[in-house]
Amino acid sequence: MKYIVLIYNQESFWSNLSPEQQGQMYAEYGSFTEEASKTGIILNGEPLQPVMTATTVRVREGKAVVTDGPFAETKEQLGGYYLLNCNNLDEAIEFAAKIPDARAGSIEIRPIMEIAQPS
Amino acid sequence: MSLEDAGIDQIIERIFRQDAGRVLANLISTLHDFDLAEDVLQEAFIMALQHWPKEGTPANPAAWLTTTARRKAIDRLRRAKVLAQKAAQLELLNELIQGGEEQEEEEVETIPDERLKLIFTCCHPALPLEGRVALTLHTLGGLKTSEIASAFLISETTMAQRLVRAKRKIKEAGIPYYVPPAHLLAERVQGVLLVIYLIFNEGYSSHSGESLMRPELCAEAIRLCRAVIQLSRLEPALAGNAEAIGLLALMLLNDARRAARTGPNGVLVLLEEQDRDLWDKKQIEEGLNLLEVALRMHLPGPYQIQAAISALHAQAERPEDTDWLQIAALYGELLKLNPSPIIELNRAVAIAMADGPLRGLALLRQLENNELLQDYYLFHATRADLLRRIGRFEEAALSYQKALELTQNSAEQIFLKGRLAQINY
Repeated sequence: MKYIVLIYNQESFWSNLSPEQQGQMYAEYGSFTEEASKTGIILNGEPLQPVMTATTVRVREGKAVVTDGPFAETKEQLGGYYLLNCNNLDEAIEFAAKIPDARAGSIEIRPIMEIAQPS
Repeated sequence: MSLEDAGIDQIIERIFRQDAGRVLANLISTLHDFDLAEDVLQEAFIMALQHWPKEGTPANPAAWLTTTARRKAIDRLRRAKVLAQKAAQLELLNELIQGGEEQEEEEVETIPDERLKLIFTCCHPALPLEGRVALTLHTLGGLKTSEIASAFLISETTMAQRLVRAKRKIKEAGIPYYVPPAHLLAERVQGVLLVIYLIFNEGYSSHSGESLMRPELCAEAIRLCRAVIQLSRLEPALAGNAEAIGLLALMLLNDARRAARTGPNGVLVLLEEQDRDLWDKKQIEEGLNLLEVALRMHLPGPYQIQAAISALHAQAERPEDTDWLQIAALYGELLKLNPSPIIELNRAVAIAMADGPLRGLALLRQLENNELLQDYYLFHATRADLLRRIGRFEEAALSYQKALELTQNSAEQIFLKGRLAQINY
């Protein structure tokens, strides 16, 4: 099964870290991602730019309305994701629990909807 | 009355009730689909109602039901195959047919017991707690949706929805159907025991409604816990599960007092005023023996401590023989493992019983700012009781009133009103 693992944390958590602490977090992500990649569980994964860079688009009465900012203001912001291929939810949970941001933020695991291929 | 007089339908119903969980667990394991498994089991049951009265009940009803249900599943999947060429279903169909050929026409003699997998799936932490409870009762306990709905005092539609959502999440979120790997096991077993304990407590002290207890839920929780212990014996990683045995002991000891807990008109009778001759001695003995087995494993935990407290009550021939000091000490141990204001309250009660109401009231004063306890009817009922014992009736009446406002259970309301009348308020 495929899962997307969405990493939420307060952006202030990262901005409040000292340069050394930030470096340490990046290094943790690096070694975590490298270690996990060996098992073939990660299909893809990227960090995102902060929400101040976000743009939201809605089409209303045929017109695209563009607004500045994220879809919803939340206490924790989406900061990155991994796309996983695993056997079951427990494997995804185990993976998510090892993500460095899980210690301060929250990780949401969502199964990818399988769309049946027309034969 | 002979067996025939009892009615073959009732016999079938009983067999079904007894074997449904096991057969269902096995079907889910081969079909990987809760709904399909439930549907074909239902069909197999209807077949049994048609065939068994004419042909007699088979020697191994569980195997008969499994084989019949499996054939029904093959029929269904064949039909589905015509409608849509779904790769996964085709694969499953092939598996089933091949499996069937190996077994030829002979019925499977022994069906592997997969109930442990089923219970771990139903109690998975990714399901909402109420969904875990409902699904466990439904699949393992074989309780009908309407029965669970009435036990939890909600509509059948709401309960049906709760079950559908839980099953859908299992399927779509990929919640595995297995005994969890060793590194997850300890935590998951705790989750299973919690669900069983919640079922028991819902039966033992219902939050609202007419009856104080729903004994069928208590019996079901005890049955589930026995099954978990029995099945755990086959799993080396689960051997020595002292807390599961502790939980069974706790439930047996508490449930043994059932007949004495309610008086005429369903009114609540406190431990102190219960007719101890009504306690189920055999069940107490089993509870005490199990507790000893658990304690000898030297893996203490909250269920064993609670069982030990219940055991001290069960062993006191008269209320005044109760070893309250030991009970207070055990609550102290429990607090270390599981800090909670409710346990603080229980400890205060035990100390009040050992050292007198004034000591207890002093402890309650330390707890009175706790938000949870402020809305907890037993906190106020306890204070009222201690005040009553030292003759401070006016203050006692205020606390009884407060407690009365906070409970929806009519048996508890009758009890509190009775106390108010006793002290002339």
